[in-house]
Amino acid sequence: MAGQSDPDFSVFSAAEMEFLAEDEMIEIVPNMRMEELNLISGDYGPFLPRIATEVPLWLAVALKKRGKCSILPPKWMSVERLTQVLEAERDSPKEFQQLPFHYVEISRLLFDHARDDIPDIYMVRSLIEDIRNVRFHKVESGLETISARTHAVKLKNLSAMEVNIVRPFVVRTLQAFYKHDSPELIQQPAQMSGRRPQVADRGPRRDLRRR
Amino acid sequence: MASGSGSGLSMEDFESLMKTSDVELLKKAWRNEKAAPEILQFQSSLVQRSQEQIQLMEETIEDFTRSGLDPLIVSVYQMDLDRTQYLLRSYLRIRLQKIEKDMIHISKTDIWNRLSQQEQKFAKKSYENMKKYLDESVLSKFPIGYQSNLKQSNASEEDDMVPEPNLDTFVFCKSESSIGSIPLDDSGDEIVDLVA
Repeated sequence: MAGQSDPDFSVFSAAEMEFLAEDEMIEIVPNMRMEELNLISGDYGPFLPRIATEVPLWLAVALKKRGKCSILPPKWMSVERLTQVLEAERDSPKEFQQLPFHYVEISRLLFDHARDDIPDIYMVRSLIEDIRNVRFHKVESGLETISARTHAVKLKNLSAMEVNIVRPFVVRTLQAFYKHDSPELIQQPAQMSGRRPQVADRGPRRDLRRR
Repeated sequence: MASGSGSGLSMEDFESLMKTSDVELLKKAWRNEKAAPEILQFQSSLVQRSQEQIQLMEETIEDFTRSGLDPLIVSVYQMDLDRTQYLLRSYLRIRLQKIEKDMIHISKTDIWNRLSQQEQKFAKKSYENMKKYLDESVLSKFPIGYQSNLKQSNASEEDDMVPEPNLDTFVFCKSESSIGSIPLDDSGDEIVDLVA
């Protein structure tokens, strides 16, 4: 499945996003002894019982599945931290809070494979869902402001999975506007302050290249 | 992006350069290739090195299995190998798909130089096959003056039957460090601030 027959090859599948996320580092506590691993992707270990080590997520999940370690949930995945993030997201309708780029994929993998290592897992899970929903609403309302005069859309702090979900739509929308935009200037509302999906206006359409 | 003083690499740049493993570079190449509408420059030395590392790893795993090493360790090495192989294969296949899609355009412009030798062979062969197929099945039955696979008719001044990749499409990009303001159009009125 290394090459799909999908003609639109610019779209990453969710599995591919997870693949990228699996290279993120995470801490584990092994319960056994293992010598250093000299892999193509790097050197990890040596592994000693009860000594925390950093490994890529795919390795952590593999070891966890075989009962060889427990995973330490990353600091951002605590109830306190996530509650803070959720509140901040709700309080600032124009910005996205800073979250790990792959927070969706990482949390998903940990929920699936390391349930017993996450304290208050139900709370954590529901917080992350709420955060995702709030953020996605912001993306949606930001998309409404895209118009014919949009040069670029800036989405600060958007995460990998979120980018991937909106990518096809945003690209097609911007393309359609670019192709069909009207030459007359449309009165734009005053520039939005703050940093929400910042939309840079361009002036009257000029032909950039010979078609 | 080198931050700080103009010439030379700062300490952080040097460190990050040393930390950039081939796998990271391959991942980057794969991501860029996937997201870009046109085919990019072939990373021949990267591909070469990756192939060598994969080869070496395959042999190492064979040795491990033969010597009866703990199957857990062997499977971990195998997983790492599979991941790297996937990246490499996917990278090469995306490029092949792009070549198939735009083969005429690629053959006729500078983009040809972005292909590896094997890709060029592939492109040439594909083009010949496609041309032959179109000629035999359809074009030869058209009236004279309309038989070219490149021009709509002999009256066309240029090769207007050649599909081009859409370079005006929008792409997502993520900056790795603060780059500052970038002008978006000629007048310098519209700028976008790229921050980390």
